[in-house]
Amino acid sequence: MLPINETMGFYSELFMLLAGCTYTVAFIAFAWDLAKSSKALRAVDLKAAAAAEALEAASSPAAAKIPVTAGSVREASTDRTDSDVSGPVGRAERPSSAVSAAGAGSGLGQTADAGMHYGAERRVPARVAVALTVLGASIHAVGVLTRGFGAGRVPWGNMYEFLTTGAFVAIAVFLVVLIRRDLRFLGTFVVGLVIIMLVAAGTAYMTPVGHLVPALQSYWLIIHVSIAVLSSALFTLTFAMSALQLVQAHRQKTIASGGADKLGFMRLVPSALSLENLSYRINAIAFVGWTFTLMFGAIWAEKAWGRFWGWDTKEVWTFVIWVVYAGYLHARATRGWTGTRAAWLSIVGYLCVVFNFTIVNQFFNGLHSYSGL
Amino acid sequence: MSERVKEQKNSPETAASQKAPKDTAEPAANPVAAAKAEAALPALGVKGTLRWAWTQLTSMRTALFLLLLLAVAAVPGSLFPQRPANPSIVTQRIKNDGDLGKVLDALQLFDVYSSAWFSAIYILLFISLIGCVVPRAIAHYKAMRSQPPRTPKRLSRLPEYGTLVIPADAGIPASRAVDDAAGLLKKRGYRVEVRDDDGAQPSLGAERGFLKEVGNLVFHTSLIGVLVSVAAGGLFGYSGQRILVEGDTFVNTLVGYDQFTPGTNFQSSQLQPYSMRLDKFRATFDLESQGKIGQPIDFKADVTTKESPDAPEQQEVLKVNDPVSLGGTSVYLTGNGYAPLVTIRDGQGNVAFQGPVVGRLQGDNYYSSVVIKVPDAKPDQLGFVGFFLPTEAVTQDGISFSEYPDLLNPTLTLSSFFGDLGLDNGDPQNVFELDVKELKPLNARNLDAGGITLKPGTSQTLPDGKGSITFDGVKRYIGVDIHHNPGQLYALIFALLAVAGLVTSLYVNRRRVWVRTGTHEDGRTMVEYGLLARGEDHRLAGEAQAIRQLLVEEWGLESQDAKASQDSQSVPSGQADNGGAKRADGAEATEAAEATAATKAPAADVNQSTAGSTEHKKDQ
Ligand code: HEM
Repeated sequence: MLPINETMGFYSELFMLLAGCTYTVAFIAFAWDLAKSSKALRAVDLKAAAAAEALEAASSPAAAKIPVTAGSVREASTDRTDSDVSGPVGRAERPSSAVSAAGAGSGLGQTADAGMHYGAERRVPARVAVALTVLGASIHAVGVLTRGFGAGRVPWGNMYEFLTTGAFVAIAVFLVVLIRRDLRFLGTFVVGLVIIMLVAAGTAYMTPVGHLVPALQSYWLIIHVSIAVLSSALFTLTFAMSALQLVQAHRQKTIASGGADKLGFMRLVPSALSLENLSYRINAIAFVGWTFTLMFGAIWAEKAWGRFWGWDTKEVWTFVIWVVYAGYLHARATRGWTGTRAAWLSIVGYLCVVFNFTIVNQFFNGLHSYSGL
Repeated sequence: MSERVKEQKNSPETAASQKAPKDTAEPAANPVAAAKAEAALPALGVKGTLRWAWTQLTSMRTALFLLLLLAVAAVPGSLFPQRPANPSIVTQRIKNDGDLGKVLDALQLFDVYSSAWFSAIYILLFISLIGCVVPRAIAHYKAMRSQPPRTPKRLSRLPEYGTLVIPADAGIPASRAVDDAAGLLKKRGYRVEVRDDDGAQPSLGAERGFLKEVGNLVFHTSLIGVLVSVAAGGLFGYSGQRILVEGDTFVNTLVGYDQFTPGTNFQSSQLQPYSMRLDKFRATFDLESQGKIGQPIDFKADVTTKESPDAPEQQEVLKVNDPVSLGGTSVYLTGNGYAPLVTIRDGQGNVAFQGPVVGRLQGDNYYSSVVIKVPDAKPDQLGFVGFFLPTEAVTQDGISFSEYPDLLNPTLTLSSFFGDLGLDNGDPQNVFELDVKELKPLNARNLDAGGITLKPGTSQTLPDGKGSITFDGVKRYIGVDIHHNPGQLYALIFALLAVAGLVTSLYVNRRRVWVRTGTHEDGRTMVEYGLLARGEDHRLAGEAQAIRQLLVEEWGLESQDAKASQDSQSVPSGQADNGGAKRADGAEATEAAEATAATKAPAADVNQSTAGSTEHKKDQ
């Protein structure tokens, strides 16, 4: 048992605070990006629309309004091909894909690259935001590390540590995905959530560095909890995407039926189908992770309490989450359940994750109630 | 599972019966099917209805519905106390809630996981699972043994499509080109069949990724395995508890347990009479971290075990999270506490009781309750109740509490009683509780004689010549759980299999590739290929690219490569969803047109396969 180093713990708290401040600035930059880009895009649209209108008026006066938008948006977008996130074969009849097929086909109010690759245009605020997020994450990493060194063990043994480490993992996962995909449209969401987590940790769950109770002293803590945190971070991303997917699907439908586009900033967000496909892929990974969480939890429970499953409250909710996401995976293969309904399942699953972490840890007593409160 | 869905939709004779409730989520797909179903109704009968029910039960939608229902049904188990875990809390709750409690109990809300409704859901789910897995396994077995499907007429309709041209001077005829492609694909793990090798348009069909479906089947089957293993553990296992004071020995026989829970099929001959002696228990507490003083850091029990009565002794360490395996069971350290050693002499001066008294944990820092019953005391039986504090401290108001969990200032404070303990009529009693209603008090704080307060090594005489009590010292005790669960290992194996199946199913891609070649009039060999994925596959485009690259290298077609890569990038493969209809106005039309023009006469099919190319449009 390594000794506790309280100075280190103190520095850790300081780093967490600094990271939180940096994230806050990053959050503002992400929000600015959304606002600014949607304005810029609208300007481009208007100009193109005017030009197209003149053209259309000359050639065919009967030209509908929609194709005009389509033309204009096509110009604004850099690459709208669906190349990387195409939906499953033979599911063309899916409602969401119908919407997005219409959307992608005619470019209805759609700008973001469906493959979520980086476009050519420079979004300065977004770049600043990402740079700030990276800076914040680095400070955050130091905070997590010093916490670990201060306590002489892995920094996930109580609620404070779950939150601070979990927030770091969420940001890290987001940044790693950013290398390959332009998910900057999720920035406000992810960074905002991480700020909430850090604030919650710093206020409601503040715990000084300390040793682990014997029940937690096991290498299973390292394995089980780290996978749980990682899966939760992935579920966080898919939650954001599913929520956006619902909004986008609604918007696409409105526009397709000739309604006005009230949610301009959603132009930065890919089509509902692209969101659905990417969140499916991430959810599939996270589901495997959650399966491991469940299994390792059971193995650990067997070691610690002598039974691998006892329907303890925490076990119940872990099981519920697993079943909901299994349902989600099924929904994706069930006629009539893809698209919007699947997105709702993904959201419900995430709400269960949040519930399991907050309410269950605090207000339900069970064998897991040692979370350091 | 589009097949499954389709199967359902396309079989009107099973799809609907008037008697049974309609599937609400999806009304009869088309009027013709509905009419047919109606026409077929007289023939349905019992058999038809059963078949209908079976089809419904094994449909994907039912599986999804049952899964979600299972999730919902599991929730009450976390809201209400559950009998298996907390029997006493449940009893208390029912008492407090009165009629509501009875209703809740009748609804089995205190036994959610063994309730009729919860069981019904998961049993239906697993029946559905079996009904789903078996036909799929048979179908997949057949698919694995059959050849890849025949080459489609129009490869250009496939989500991934491309063409290559081998110059005439390369000396690679159509048949060799197909063989080359077959070799490459075989190396890539495809199962390949070459068709019409000698014909004008040799082609090949290739398929890989059968493991995807195998993984899915293994995953679902393993879930059944897990369930069966868990059930078997409940049938043949047993578990029990025992408190061991330092120096005590536990022997694995029925009488050795303080509490014993047999499985349904338990036989006492299952118990292997091993023994375990607690030599020493060591606890370490936090002395330094602020805010956490007294928090336990380490519990360690030194035990001496014997596999059987005449086996050699073995020293082992029992810790939290680190059970000892012995005689087919596992022994877990689940609790610990203090057992003060006392000697009690009765009114006649004889030792009526001597030994450790297990203290029950009541509050922070091992604040423990102590009950001593001395039925052997004469002339009157004696009883003591009170508290043991490992480190006594007193508040300003004079209330004792325990300040630290270790033995810094051990104190025993007791009240004493005499009279009939009620033990002689043979009714079982709780050793941790003393019913003082029938007893007369001797020592208590509110009496003249005062209470009993003892430090180790001190004694106190009871009033009225009833005897004396000596606090000899303190021993530690541990609580152990002993479990035998024969299903556990199998559950683990099946769980691991399930994960392996899951990962395989999610990350193996099932793909088909077709290649067709033909010789142009001018001697060039024209090659076209197409790819199709079954199920989710976001890397199909990458696979097409990789195969193209391999073919280009094989035939030394560097010059086409630059164009090729540019080409396949500009082909929107997202049309997996949109069908191939729009494909021809993509940028690849130029090359397709080139290919078409080139192979027009001899390779009619290649020509045809680029339907919608500029050439074609002109014709129309
Ligand atoms: C115990 C309940 C069940 C659980 C926990 C469960 C879980 C899952 C999961 C996690 C997947 C996605 C991973 C994979 O493809 O292997 C899946 C896929 C699938 N499940 Fe289940 N399942 C259950 C019951 C059923 C039942 C009753 C059926 C049949 C009606 C079924 C049919 C399928 C099919 C056909 C797929 C493949 C979907 C696809 O092709 O994408 N499952 N299941």
